Amino acid sequence: MKIVVDYDLCESNAICMAIAPDLFEVRDDDFLYVLVEEPGEDRRSALEECVQRCPKQAISIAE
Amino acid sequence: MNRRSITIVGASLAGLRAAESLRRHDFDGVITLIGDEPHAPYDRPPLSKQYLAGEWGEDRLALTGPEKLAEYGLELRLGTRATGFDLSRRRLTLDDGEDVDVDGLLIATGARCRRLPGTEDMDGVFVLRGLDDSSALRSALDAGPGRVVVVGGGFIGAEVASTARERGLEVSVIEALPQPLARVLGEEIGAVCAEVHRAHGVDVHTGVGVEAVDGDGRVERVRLRDGRVIEADVVVVGIGVVPNTEWLEGSGLEIDDGVVCDATCLAGPGVTAAGDVARWPNRRFDEVMRVEHWDNAVEQGAHAAHRLLVDDADAEPFTPVPWFWSDQYDRKIQLAGRIRPDDEMRIVTGSLDERRFAALYGRAGRLVGVLGFNRPRHVMRYKALIEQGVSFADALAADV
Ligand SMILES: Cc1cc2nc3c(=O)[nH]c(=O)nc-3n(C[C@H](O)[C@H](O)[C@H](O)COP(=O)(O)OP(=O)(O)OC[C@H]3O[C@@H](n4cnc5c(N)ncnc54)[C@H](O)[C@@H]3O)c2cc1C
Ligand code: SF4
Repeated sequence: MKIVVDYDLCESNAICMAIAPDLFEVRDDDFLYVLVEEPGEDRRSALEECVQRCPKQAISIAE
Repeated sequence: MNRRSITIVGASLAGLRAAESLRRHDFDGVITLIGDEPHAPYDRPPLSKQYLAGEWGEDRLALTGPEKLAEYGLELRLGTRATGFDLSRRRLTLDDGEDVDVDGLLIATGARCRRLPGTEDMDGVFVLRGLDDSSALRSALDAGPGRVVVVGGGFIGAEVASTARERGLEVSVIEALPQPLARVLGEEIGAVCAEVHRAHGVDVHTGVGVEAVDGDGRVERVRLRDGRVIEADVVVVGIGVVPNTEWLEGSGLEIDDGVVCDATCLAGPGVTAAGDVARWPNRRFDEVMRVEHWDNAVEQGAHAAHRLLVDDADAEPFTPVPWFWSDQYDRKIQLAGRIRPDDEMRIVTGSLDERRFAALYGRAGRLVGVLGFNRPRHVMRYKALIEQGVSFADALAADV
């Protein structure tokens, strides 16, 4: 499972960070950083929530 | 709770997210999604932003792809309006003449724009709620009008002003309150919003209402209460929304500026509501609220869906910290929590002068809200603190 972020869409509103701070972080430069590119299966449901809650539909999961 | 079928009325954000969430909870009964718009579920925020700007095409608005719809096995009935519901008989009436018996019902009919009386049929006067509204307004902006007048300086009005201005058009904003957004953000921050408009060359009139919109078939000018007259080729009315509940009159459900729900989003036996149309007591803030934000439609859609699958004894209250964003010019405004004009406000990072800051709001010693101008990280960190119920003093001292 791999996290894919479309940075052209992402607007750094940090929703994903609020849901999964272990996977995503928006830093002071206002850019989003993916902390763990290939998280374990145990994070799938959190990641799915991020995919759904991202208002820009910027996150996807590559298997 | 064993249900055969769940019918969702309103095929937009809350309705679709509810349907998806039912499948994620392994509900394998029939899900019917009924919506009166002809379009497959689409996203509204870009309608005042990228789509209106002409940057995005319609294909970018889809909330889900055909593969997902097929995977979830939804029975999608577009272009179909619910015209009535009878709670005691559990029967839904549709405008195509068909009656549908329902088991579980989820109401997600959202809201529609208020209009200025007398402008309903006037050419050149627009409201902005749906794709068709945005497409019509976008064509009008493409034609290069001399002046766009935005009535109402709320979030939608401000975004339209911003988008029209970025397209190089002359824009006026008319706001009846002393400052735009004063009721939500208070006058001090409202003044910052007005400054952002002015810095981008928008002509802003505050503290004055609209007397009339004049024109013979087509809009020509807007007259203000204080006698001023503004010539207008396009008028966009952004003066708030009303929940779509007319179809539920006489249904047996309680309606009061929205579908009245209990703390768990239940509106009646086997009936829930979610999104812009739902009013419920949010125990976290001890307040009965109806929230018109994107994120709430997603979260409440999921909650109201799950509520239909559990027994009353296992139902959980819906207690979110409401959150929204608004993009205006180069500012990203975000607000989390519930703030009131008399809350204590403290800037914790940045400054009003830079128009880049985070402000915390405290009430009765508790952190109740955070507002950010281009401070997304801070808003989300403090939002988490609101969820934890920290005191205002601890929030001010927190290292974020
Ligand atoms: C232009 C615009 C920009 C926005 N920008 C932001 C933003 O930046 N940030 C933010 O947080 N929020 C924003 N929002 C708000 C957000 O889009 C809404 O909160 C969200 O769409 C609510 O979803 P909903 O499903 O509850 O209702 P809606 O999206 O209103 O959907 C309700 C659906 O039900 C249909 N319907 C109504 N009555 C019936 C009936 N009787 N039978 C069948 N169908 C019916 C309607 O036609 C509609 O399709 C914006 C909204 C608009 C309009
Ligand atoms: S939620 Fe989406 S838009 Fe927001 S920071 Fe994460 S990826 Fe970017």
